[in-house]
Amino acid sequence: MSATTIKQGHDARMSSTLQTEIAITTPDMPVGGVTPGYWKSVAGRLLRDKVTMAVTLVILGILFITLGAPLVTSYDPYAGSIMTRLKPIGTPGHWLGTDETGRDLWTRLCYGGRMSLLAAILPVTIALIAGGFLGVLAGYAGGRVGTLIMRTMDVFYAFPSILLAIAICGLLGNGLSNSIIALAVVFIPPMVRVSETVTSQARGLDFVEAARASGTTTLQIIRHHVLANVLGPILVYATSLISVSIILSAGLSFLGLGVTPPQPEWGLMLNSLRQAIYVQPYVAALPGLMIFITSMSFNLMSDGFRSAMDVRLNK
Amino acid sequence: MSAALQIPLDPRDRGGPAQPLLLVENLRKHFPVRGGILNRQTATVQAVDDVSFSVRKGETLGIVGESGCGKSTTARLLMRLIEPDAGDVIFDGDAVGDRRGISVNDMRRQMQMVFQDSYTSLNPRMTMVESIAYAPRMHGTPRREAIDRAEMLLHRVGLNPRQYARRYPHELSGGQRQRVNIARALALEPRLVILDEAVAALDKSVEAQVLNLLGELKESLNLTYLFISHDLNVVEYMSDRVMVMYLGRVVEAGPVESIYRHPRHPYTRALFASKPTLDPDRRTTEMPLTGDPPNPINPPSGCRFRTRCAFAQPRCAERVPELLAPVAGDADASHVVACHVPEAQTPKHHTTEVGHA
Repeated sequence: MSATTIKQGHDARMSSTLQTEIAITTPDMPVGGVTPGYWKSVAGRLLRDKVTMAVTLVILGILFITLGAPLVTSYDPYAGSIMTRLKPIGTPGHWLGTDETGRDLWTRLCYGGRMSLLAAILPVTIALIAGGFLGVLAGYAGGRVGTLIMRTMDVFYAFPSILLAIAICGLLGNGLSNSIIALAVVFIPPMVRVSETVTSQARGLDFVEAARASGTTTLQIIRHHVLANVLGPILVYATSLISVSIILSAGLSFLGLGVTPPQPEWGLMLNSLRQAIYVQPYVAALPGLMIFITSMSFNLMSDGFRSAMDVRLNK
Repeated sequence: MSAALQIPLDPRDRGGPAQPLLLVENLRKHFPVRGGILNRQTATVQAVDDVSFSVRKGETLGIVGESGCGKSTTARLLMRLIEPDAGDVIFDGDAVGDRRGISVNDMRRQMQMVFQDSYTSLNPRMTMVESIAYAPRMHGTPRREAIDRAEMLLHRVGLNPRQYARRYPHELSGGQRQRVNIARALALEPRLVILDEAVAALDKSVEAQVLNLLGELKESLNLTYLFISHDLNVVEYMSDRVMVMYLGRVVEAGPVESIYRHPRHPYTRALFASKPTLDPDRRTTEMPLTGDPPNPINPPSGCRFRTRCAFAQPRCAERVPELLAPVAGDADASHVVACHVPEAQTPKHHTTEVGHA
């Protein structure tokens, strides 16, 4: 509370309004300057977290090789040659080998990631919007509306997720868009549950009551008081769902319910290379490795976000 | 109250100093208890049952009682955070929520509340100045003006705005957070502030500072307080008048000196007898209360205190005692008590038992 700290950030207009006031000092003041904003402090903690930064770089790398596939490879993902079938890793010109029809595997992995990531991230995004909306509604409204939404979600919960996804895909027919719809349906119930829980917790806190007591409208309360406190955990949960979604969507296309050949996609590639597992086991395992790395990275990244966003953990 | 007469006229004042700022009549809230497969109502918790009182302009009305007696429910009912089942709330002559009276929203601009838990009553994602400026901004005050005012209020409650304005709740101590909560309650320039156990969670030295701050603010801003607490010493220090509640009903009410010197209701006497004293010459002689208060789901018939009352008589079970002034004696007529037992009706000096200095 020294004069120098008070001088910092001195605002002429403010001091004029304060001149008439009598200064009351309190002994329970901690010393320290002005702290940065919430998101700035989150970013600061993220930058210091080495694991999260490493996996974030891995994810950025994967995004670069998939979205920028033409920049990192000159092959056509569909053009194969009968002469170059199932070459091992390290073959000149095909550094990751070739698949069963002689297509360059590195090229297939790069282009295939586009489909895999799309089929994994889009369902989570849909679930985030739809599930988040329903969950916040159920959590804030409570009562009959809340019960109706939550019991409906419980019905979906009763099915194992992969079975539900297979059932929906079977019903709609195979194809990328149907697999996305199926996975979105699978992810909406857990998304609703998470957002309902955090919302009903936030709703019971006194600051929401205080906002109501000062005549704030329900929409304003949801926007400024509930969403601000609830969005963090919901987003973190959504990031962790991406890792599950990558595996599930790859699983669906492995089973032939998602992307159709000859389009490159990691799950599908894993399936078609399955027959070559005795000839070229390392090449056959590569799409699986990509699925594993991507899924792990998203999982670790969401863990990092979770701890960076928790104000109380990082006092 | 002579203090009431000294109030300079507030432009919002309607009835003059003699009209009570808040008049509560037969306020009632029964919470349904649901259970079973069909979620049917199986019982009711009679949290607040026929509570009537008034708060005069410029005074502090203290509400005391043990946990679960309906103090906080009363506060929340007044703020309309929960809807009352029955009863009227009249704010400065205007019935709240009535078509000819004042709307709930308008009432809330003149009546604000400070909660007990200083941490959960602040949004963890908002800085102090944002929290204070929030309500005025939602009511249409321009951003810059609201923030300037919030900084002024921070200063007013004893926190340096340059140091604390941009801080988050977890970066402040309990006492500092409660100061911010007070500043937030004052941001809408209310006339009545409900302090619901506002100092209960603070340690003693900080509590004293916050109480003094509340006193200063009351003086300079012409506030009226409804001071809810279970701490008898704090209530005595703060209040002009006191109201004692037991199981959702008012058992005794009156001026603070009268209640503290001559408590009449057996419950009030037992309550004051339980007040710890450090003086060995003023040992507690009154019989202590035993057991927990009865379950408010099935409160005793008639007088709700009769199950724990040493003076209980058959008629206590039959009729609900009314809040009445004492029948005889020199006592203050504004000191009312709800008890059938005659001893309670005639003033008796309990000074020594009570341990009142």
